[in-house]
Amino acid sequence: SVNPDLANERQTASFSVEKLTVWLDGGEERTRIRRAVVEAIESDPVFSRENQYFQTQNERYEAAVRKAVHLQKKMHEMGWTENGPEFKYIYRALSGDVAFLLHRIFMRSISVLGSDKQIAKWIPLAAQYQLIGSYAQTELGHGTYLQGLETTAVFDITTQEFILNTPKISAVKWWPGDMGRSATHTVVFAQLYVHGKCYGMHPFIVQIRSLQDHSLCPGIIAGDIGPKMNFEHIDNGYLMLQNVRVPRENMLNGFCEVQPDGTYIRRGSQQINYFTMTTVRISLISDEVVIPLMKACTIAIRYSVVRRQSKLKPGEEEAKILDYQTQQDKLLPQLAAAYAFHFINDYLQELLDRGYREIQRKNFDTLPELHAFSSGFKAMVTQYCTSAVEICLRACGGHGYSLLSGLPSLYTKILASCIYEGENTILLLQTARFLIKCFTAASTGQPVPPSVTYLAVGEAGKCPAKNKLDFLCPDIYTKAYQHMAVRLISSTAAKLQDLIQSGVKKYDAWNQCTVQLAQAAKAHCHYITVKNFAATVEKLQTKAGIQKIMKHLCDLFALHGIFSNAGVFLHDGYISGAQMDMVTASYLDLLAVIRKDAVPLVDAFDFTDKTLNSALGSYDGQVYQRLYEWAQKSPTNKQISPAYEKYLKPLLHNMLSKL
Amino acid sequence: VMMMKMNEDLRRERAAATFQPELLTHILDGGAERTRRRKEIEALVINDPDFQHEDLNFLSRSQRYEQAIRKSSLMVMKLREYGIADPEEIYWFKSFVHRGRPEPLDLHLGMFLPTLLTQATPEQQDRFFMPAWNLEIIGTYAQTEMGHGTHLRGLETTATYDPATQEFILNSPTVTSIKWWPGGLGKTSNHAIVLAQLYTQGQCKGLHAFIVPIRQLGTHEPLPGITVGDIGPKFGYDEMDNGYLKMENFRIPRENMLMKYAQVEPDGTYVKPLSDKLTYGTMVFIRSLIVGDSARSLSRACTIAIRYSAVRHQSELKPGEPEPQILDYQTQQYKLFPLLATAYAFHFVGAYIKDTYRRISGDINEGDLSELPELHALTAGLKAFTSWTANAGIEECRMACGGHGYSRCSGIPDIYVTFTPSCTYEGENTVMMLQTARFLVKSYTQVSSGQRVTGMVSYLNDLSTQRIQPQHVAARAATVRINDPVSLVEAYKARAARLVEAAAKNLQAELNHRKSKEDAWNRTSVDLVRASEAHCHYVIAKLFTAKLSEISNAAVRAVMTDLCLLYVLYGISKNMGDFLQAGILADAQITQVNQHVKELLAVIRPNAVALVDSFDFHDVHLGSVLGRYDGNVYENMFEWAKKSPLNKTEVHESFHKHLKPMQAKL
Repeated sequence: SVNPDLANERQTASFSVEKLTVWLDGGEERTRIRRAVVEAIESDPVFSRENQYFQTQNERYEAAVRKAVHLQKKMHEMGWTENGPEFKYIYRALSGDVAFLLHRIFMRSISVLGSDKQIAKWIPLAAQYQLIGSYAQTELGHGTYLQGLETTAVFDITTQEFILNTPKISAVKWWPGDMGRSATHTVVFAQLYVHGKCYGMHPFIVQIRSLQDHSLCPGIIAGDIGPKMNFEHIDNGYLMLQNVRVPRENMLNGFCEVQPDGTYIRRGSQQINYFTMTTVRISLISDEVVIPLMKACTIAIRYSVVRRQSKLKPGEEEAKILDYQTQQDKLLPQLAAAYAFHFINDYLQELLDRGYREIQRKNFDTLPELHAFSSGFKAMVTQYCTSAVEICLRACGGHGYSLLSGLPSLYTKILASCIYEGENTILLLQTARFLIKCFTAASTGQPVPPSVTYLAVGEAGKCPAKNKLDFLCPDIYTKAYQHMAVRLISSTAAKLQDLIQSGVKKYDAWNQCTVQLAQAAKAHCHYITVKNFAATVEKLQTKAGIQKIMKHLCDLFALHGIFSNAGVFLHDGYISGAQMDMVTASYLDLLAVIRKDAVPLVDAFDFTDKTLNSALGSYDGQVYQRLYEWAQKSPTNKQISPAYEKYLKPLLHNMLSKL
Repeated sequence: VMMMKMNEDLRRERAAATFQPELLTHILDGGAERTRRRKEIEALVINDPDFQHEDLNFLSRSQRYEQAIRKSSLMVMKLREYGIADPEEIYWFKSFVHRGRPEPLDLHLGMFLPTLLTQATPEQQDRFFMPAWNLEIIGTYAQTEMGHGTHLRGLETTATYDPATQEFILNSPTVTSIKWWPGGLGKTSNHAIVLAQLYTQGQCKGLHAFIVPIRQLGTHEPLPGITVGDIGPKFGYDEMDNGYLKMENFRIPRENMLMKYAQVEPDGTYVKPLSDKLTYGTMVFIRSLIVGDSARSLSRACTIAIRYSAVRHQSELKPGEPEPQILDYQTQQYKLFPLLATAYAFHFVGAYIKDTYRRISGDINEGDLSELPELHALTAGLKAFTSWTANAGIEECRMACGGHGYSRCSGIPDIYVTFTPSCTYEGENTVMMLQTARFLVKSYTQVSSGQRVTGMVSYLNDLSTQRIQPQHVAARAATVRINDPVSLVEAYKARAARLVEAAAKNLQAELNHRKSKEDAWNRTSVDLVRASEAHCHYVIAKLFTAKLSEISNAAVRAVMTDLCLLYVLYGISKNMGDFLQAGILADAQITQVNQHVKELLAVIRPNAVALVDSFDFHDVHLGSVLGRYDGNVYENMFEWAKKSPLNKTEVHESFHKHLKPMQAKL
């Protein structure tokens, strides 16, 4: 039975949850397929995550390998293919708890960077799992800055081989997934040397484990890098190479080649590489970032209407904690953000699709914009959602701290996204570089990509709002965000210019402005997110039932951003002190409005209990019963702890004599 | 162990420092003699082979619990052997033994024994204290229930007096009433002090404390009527057996109710306690520990992140030159140095509360409790403010270490998961902020009605004479000197006054709309929390600034002045909306503040490593490969990884079980 407090929340929904779910999925057909995939996965005991919180690193890893192997069978059985509409829901249904994710990156890198001949040789082997691939780029001492990698590949003309080496400790490959225990092959990035000359980073296919008995190949030292905050199921690995020889044909040569006599030839454009990175950054936003936030909101909000604490009114029963304004202030903006970023993901996908069509027509003009947007949004969205999930965790008080709440694992997983695929600060600075360039171009009348034409708009003026209701007008707050973004970008550009004109070296000037530049890049992304949310709501005119609540969420997202970054809006007087009080008042009013629909709004994300895997967040709200039952499964309660016989007993009985 | 040379970057950093780190260490410890004694105790533990063990990161939860119990038992014996009895020295010993982590006897030593001392009658002390002191009885303190935390009156466990047998009957009437979370309850303890609603002669007399045996002495089996166990895996606290406890008609003798204050007589007559103000004292003390813990945890994270940032090289700053230390990037300095300044600020705040508490608790014994309400209100807010800030700061430090920060070998994940519950325990932070707000609003009301207030809130007195008028900006703003910490503290004061006034007025407005008192309070609570935060921020800025004049060594004072200025200016920069909106600072001044923050980053840069060296964490205590004193990071990461459980065999068993069969089939 459903906890009555939770049941009541659902009766008063102002909209149809099912309609919202379908809209979020992008149509009834997709909802149907998604549910079918989830059902098929969750009804299969091999994919169960029931014991996940009690497993050791070794057990997690083994389960992930087992699931990956079983998934091949399952896909065959169900008739799912990698290009089918079901595929994208499989990973979601597994909650990512599966091995061989790097195997796919291995295959993709060969497809993109390899020649036709190489693709024909390696892809079928990989597709049949005759080998298991990984992708070895980062080293102990080197991450985001690829030119700094130290692994070497020296061409030996006499044997027509490359000799790969790890010249020093900081050059040990470190972090690649699936490499610690599983992979038989990996794509190693190394500095290519031919006749003593360095040609920079190149990818090489290297076999690291025997295909017969899985033992390490000669010259290879590889293993697991040890426990991490999460991803215990993945064997992130290290790799040391000692005079490992691979044939000349193992350098991926879609874009460049070392000929038998050592002649180095470059062909085609490597710009397509950037496109791969862009695709990865955008694709992770949905699965790795927005969905975990949606889950965290679901857990925290459902729990907050089941949990009662203190009395709001004397004589009444203790209040649901979601009725406290401070709890609403913590959770509801995160809920609005989950929606905002779901929509920004759609926006980015569209941008990407458009870009891809251009690239297919050999037009690479959109690449800089795509690259800047994917970098900036990857950074902004991962950072925002990471802190949002942490807020959800802490909003659940003590029980949030239990692994059984599901929140600690969501948090430790999402926070890794701030680092992988490019460290966030570095990515924001890449976006800033693009914005400064566009701003300079726009201010001299040159053309800029449509997404940044706003930079050409003058920044003068004041916010016209006269009362708190004016701040519920998307035009008013979108303009405020736009103004703020333009101001931060233009003032940073001016500062850079000043420094350079006063004789500071360009790179020094850049470093001196980086704090501001990163802030400007974030402001840009924040503005686009608000603008896109407002535009999405406007397009909902035909769906009156959900438009109203989406409008409230959009207002909340926008006003919360102004409320919590008041300084940047007040700084040049665009918003006055009195107007800021109106923003605050409107924001607080909205909390009370959205409060009423909070549970339906998380129900609409349509996560099954098994997907959430949370004692606090289940659909039926039987929080305490479940917490109690799940705790019984803990190994600490099942096994007889040796600690009693070994230490406690002597402590309890023999201590006196020793004292 | 092979001795390694110090990393060249770190050696250079240390050589370039403008002050002697030991002098600063002495200030943090409270004198050179305290430092000497601390290091003496540290050496006792670190050189003791009994306290050495495998890296805990590679152990399962059960194994970690076992290690902790082993060390705790030894610790108790050795403390007595060495005659260490001073609370601070015990604290040092314990944190070296357990390397800053919790341990299963924490509640026995920290709550069970002290509660017996303060709330048991002499007769009860005779029965329980010595056995507990000698660890025949191991106890815990069972307060929180599954459905109830900070709001104590909501607890549901009942203790019903039966005059016929002169016993209390304890019950957990609902699932939500099951005791949940107490440390050491799951597996370790054989007794618990249980908080329950007392029923006698058909009436509920509210919460009282009872000594309840839960496990059989000798076999350690749970007693009939008692269901007890471990609550399962958590984010951290792996070595702690946080437990649950369910009681069904469990009878204890009348004499097991702690009766120093309230009493139940044999016939069931209830005798009321005198004042309950005394319990404030314990709360203040525990909160002061959390403030100190915020400082220490953040200091540890800063030590790791700053040393690593001096060792790590990445990208290029100047074309053609070698990759620079990441600590040379402005964005990295901007992440770390304000946190370093914050860690120092919190150290001084922790010391201040401890001193004030000592002074006032002297007064308590002499019956002068007049300062206690303010200290109680202030420590609630400071507990919340410092733990929230440190919590976020630790994460910031971890992020600043990039990918390697995510590995357990960095040590920061452990610092974080161990620290983060302090935002919840001993009073959930938002609730704490609202307690402080209640005091602030009360003080404001007193001032409005013509009374004067004293202490840290005395700035509210000024409100009645010079009303804060956001419109009259220029005159006030001109008076703030952005290079002078003392003048900036005045700005913080004005901000606190403005936000307290705004919250109090909004509260009044809600009341005028005929909202009930509770409703009005709830509808103003976001404002009220902001007001409390501003008040705490002011107090911290004030205490840090005041500390500067006490530093006698000129070189140390100079570097601490830079740090203090950074702390104060960064706080303004981060909260500039408040200062702008209240007209405390003008637009141009904010621009100057932002600029000055960045200039200070460059000023502090040469002393950054020396400033974390001054925290003086031993490598064993720091528990971080990235933060090692000698800076030999990469070699030791490699050595560490080799010990990973997944590396125990060269070919993992899952190859034979899953991979090979699949390859054969496909």
